[in-house]
Amino acid sequence: MTDSNYDEILQLLRDRLSSIASSEIIITAETNIISELSIDSIKLLNLIMEIEDTFDISIPINALADVQTVHDLASLISRIKSNH
Amino acid sequence: MNLLEKLDAAAAARKAMLPEGVGAFGIPIEEVYSATEARIGERRVILLGTNNYLGLTFAPECIQAAHDALDAEGTGTTGSRMANGSYYGHRALEREFAEFYGYCTGIVFTTGYQANLGTISGLVSRGDTVLIDSDSHASIYDGCILSGAEIIRFKHNDMIDMEKRLRRLGNRTANTLIIVEGIYSMLGDQAPLAEIVDLKNKYNCTLLLDEAHSIGVLGETGQGLVEETGLQNEVDFITGTFSKSLCSIGGFCVSNHPQLDQLRYLSHPYIFTASPSPATIASTRAALVLLREGKTLRRQLWRNCTQLYDHLQKAGFTLGPEPGPVIAAILDNPRQALQIWQNLLENNIYVNLILPPAAPDGKSLVRCSVNAAHTTEQISYVGETFARLHRQILDTDA
Ligand SMILES: Cc1ncc(COP(=O)(O)O)c(C=O)c1O
Repeated sequence: MTDSNYDEILQLLRDRLSSIASSEIIITAETNIISELSIDSIKLLNLIMEIEDTFDISIPINALADVQTVHDLASLISRIKSNH
Repeated sequence: MNLLEKLDAAAAARKAMLPEGVGAFGIPIEEVYSATEARIGERRVILLGTNNYLGLTFAPECIQAAHDALDAEGTGTTGSRMANGSYYGHRALEREFAEFYGYCTGIVFTTGYQANLGTISGLVSRGDTVLIDSDSHASIYDGCILSGAEIIRFKHNDMIDMEKRLRRLGNRTANTLIIVEGIYSMLGDQAPLAEIVDLKNKYNCTLLLDEAHSIGVLGETGQGLVEETGLQNEVDFITGTFSKSLCSIGGFCVSNHPQLDQLRYLSHPYIFTASPSPATIASTRAALVLLREGKTLRRQLWRNCTQLYDHLQKAGFTLGPEPGPVIAAILDNPRQALQIWQNLLENNIYVNLILPPAAPDGKSLVRCSVNAAHTTEQISYVGETFARLHRQILDTDA
């Protein structure tokens, strides 16, 4: 996993999440996606489909069980992307 | 937040969406008069939010069969299919379902929810993949989660999107179960089954079709979308429920793969629950006979479906892409959806209200379910009421 890979994904997630979040907080790597951003589960699942398309990868939604923060999600995507 | 505080927070979020005193969810039906009428509070309402598609809830044949079984076999089996809960009727119904679809075997489950849970978690496990439509019913999602297989979603009924995701799976497609529904419960639209079958064959996957809303509704003898499209030989597993057109409770899975029977030994939702009661099985067997012979009922149902769909479309509502027994008015604003729902009830019409996140794409739905027993007058009255509410609520807000 290269850092630039992770950073690029983190930036993309911050942009996408701020466009779908109902609260107006500044999104950092530590932001909790569900509790702080009030993003419902369906919106999150749809975002995953979009990210799959952006990077041409498969992200099983079961993996989201371990995802709480934006960092968790960025690491997950980065891991899948580099294994691809 | 502790466990109870989390529940309080969820209650507060729901309250914020529904004003005080509006019990849109779980509204008590005090008395049921027929397949189309009941009493809610002091109102005699038209039931337009049930899944009673063929209108068979009071079919004398089913009621008699249930009575007879109750007298002969008692109120419950008190046990699992695996132990003391497999009666003659359960076996007979399994044979009848298999024969109905022209398949070699079938399994009966205690609910339709468990049919999906038990079938999916029995077919796939860790290391396998499930590819599901994004609008799938919760029982499909939950079955997938229970299975431990990797879950990939494709955009609702979008075959280009589905193929893209199949291609990404590479050689994992051989261990991939595709799951789709005959008629989707939110918008009432049908899966493009022929194209799905083509992709299933191209990528060498296995296909499960949930006919929960389409059994009794589609096909010459009411098998569902599989019969409507003539694709019985291409679908690997079919699940369905007794709780809609068959008017009882329970579920089934049928297949032409004899391996389905292995699920009896490994599927927890089949094994670790009591089997359906004898009366439930008996009324379902009687209803299956009526369903197969129900060509006239299906004609009446479809007449009602197209009549209501046309009414609502002309009134200016945004609807799902095609008429069907489920007709949903799609609204952007939950407040307007609630207002329409409340006004319908004040006009003695009961329909379903579906608010985000339960409805797709953050929309709200005022969802009607039509049945064969609705009269033309009832449908016209409902159509006119919807049209008036469109003028009063949506046109004035716009
Ligand atoms: C598509 C679908 N599958 C399965 C089920 C579950 O059926 P049951 O109500 O028998 O548990 C439903 C019920 O709403 C459904 O809509």
